[in-house]
Amino acid sequence: MSQAALTFRDLTLGYGSHPAVHHLNGTVRKGSLTAVVGANGSGKSTLMKGIVGALRPMAGAVVKMAGIRIAYLPQQSELDRSFPARVVDLVSLGLWPRRGLLGRHTAEDRASVSKALMAVGLEGFESRGLDTLSGGQLQRALFARVLVQDADLILLDEPFNAIDAKTVGDLIALIKRWHGEDRTVMVVAHDLELVRQNFPETLLLARQPVAWGATSATLSAENMLRARRFHEAWEDNAPWCEPDGHGHDHVAHDHSHHDHDHPSKQKVAS
Amino acid sequence: MSSLYSFFIAPFADFAFMQRALAGSLMLSLGACPVGVFLMLRRMSLSGDAMAHAILPGAAAGFLLYGLEILPMTVGGLIAGVIVALGAGAVSRFSIQREDASMAAFYLISLAIGVLMVSIRGSSVDLMHVLFGTVLALNNEALLLIGGIAVVTLVALFLFWRALVAECLDPLFLRSVSRLGSPVHFIFLGLVVLNLVGGFQALGTLLSVGLMILPAAAARFWSQRVGPMCVLAVAIGFISCVAGLLLSYHAALPSGPAIILSAGAAYIASILVGPRGVLRSRLVHHRHRTA
Repeated sequence: MSQAALTFRDLTLGYGSHPAVHHLNGTVRKGSLTAVVGANGSGKSTLMKGIVGALRPMAGAVVKMAGIRIAYLPQQSELDRSFPARVVDLVSLGLWPRRGLLGRHTAEDRASVSKALMAVGLEGFESRGLDTLSGGQLQRALFARVLVQDADLILLDEPFNAIDAKTVGDLIALIKRWHGEDRTVMVVAHDLELVRQNFPETLLLARQPVAWGATSATLSAENMLRARRFHEAWEDNAPWCEPDGHGHDHVAHDHSHHDHDHPSKQKVAS
Repeated sequence: MSSLYSFFIAPFADFAFMQRALAGSLMLSLGACPVGVFLMLRRMSLSGDAMAHAILPGAAAGFLLYGLEILPMTVGGLIAGVIVALGAGAVSRFSIQREDASMAAFYLISLAIGVLMVSIRGSSVDLMHVLFGTVLALNNEALLLIGGIAVVTLVALFLFWRALVAECLDPLFLRSVSRLGSPVHFIFLGLVVLNLVGGFQALGTLLSVGLMILPAAAARFWSQRVGPMCVLAVAIGFISCVAGLLLSYHAALPSGPAIILSAGAAYIASILVGPRGVLRSRLVHHRHRTA
């Protein structure tokens, strides 16, 4: 059995008292390539934030492999494009895990930045201001930063939004390259056809995990139907989630218990 | 030639108070202008103004208790500024409220306390000292303080440069790779307070923020990179100080407003003629390339 990059132990993440990811169990195998799919509001981005530590679990835990280096590309970047920086400055931020606050950027570091820019097809863009880039170019620059970060676990939250087909193809090629290098990659995506073609494993979320495992099995018609039934809206007076003796959390939080839309917690060990 | 000398050099060569004023204001520019650049790039220019108001009650308390003594006024201003900066910063980091609102709330409370104190204990003449400062009356202690603040500021900027840039450019990224995000924000707010406190001896609490923001805002029209922008802001600050002091000397004007108005002139000139200013980008007819 191969090593787990991530283990979710009855993980509940959310906002206020409302869970957005509810009682997630399972492991993300080291070197696996997983798509995270689900409707809007199903908890995909929340899960990413929970893994990276930007959101504290309401209950349960995310256990990370010791010493794992994470690169995270959020969906709603807080990147300030009006900031007077060049493409090379943005990509060089990826050197932080290696050089930290005060370490000098060596010739080798600069070479790795150039190589990353070349890999995403942005050679010649080094000195361009961020405010002059198109959406796709900026996304490629951010991928270059992930390349420079040289991380073990790469989390990409909807990286293909508003990106043209050719660029999506280029970015998928990069993701496959990371997969080939035995890095663990999790990608939030909406295009199911793209997921079927390129991602061996899929986690289907509808606040609860609906299914998780081989992509073709996870994205079965039956699972998709179950996922579609989930209610996106919070219910202010939903009953408190009580510990049910199955190792669930002991912190009470609101969630709706409608039998007809309560997807079973099918967990496929991956 | 001799008239040039008597206009530009003689005032500084002949009068010790002008030399002190020059030394004080140049050292002030060294720290305050780069801090101003980051303040502007973080869209916190008006927060600088709010912070300046927040310092007032602390400085006024020191002044009312000990008279025009530099130490109590500085310490008072520092305490008031740090409380407001930490309070506003903490509320914005740990609650849903953004910093513009929390900063406004805290500085208004601070300002009200200040006005209350002055109305109980002081006179409006006293207040004028605190509000408008006296660059022409900087003593050794004040110069030492301003010099110390400049050194602390430059060292802190050097050490935390990479984190400051990352925190401005992509705060979420910094948070994903380092725990420095929040500390560096508070260190930065500390530098803002420190430089405003350093400035109020020379320029008064109300105008000290001027030397921070105006040269930085002017430099934005000339450069597209943070480092050069900081250097340029310091240069514009230097020129403004020299020009302001000369203007004040020759036209018998109050020195603080003269320095800030000189910086204001540099700002307006930059809007007009800077490479990224209005005239170049709007009025000059641009040819375009094929690709």
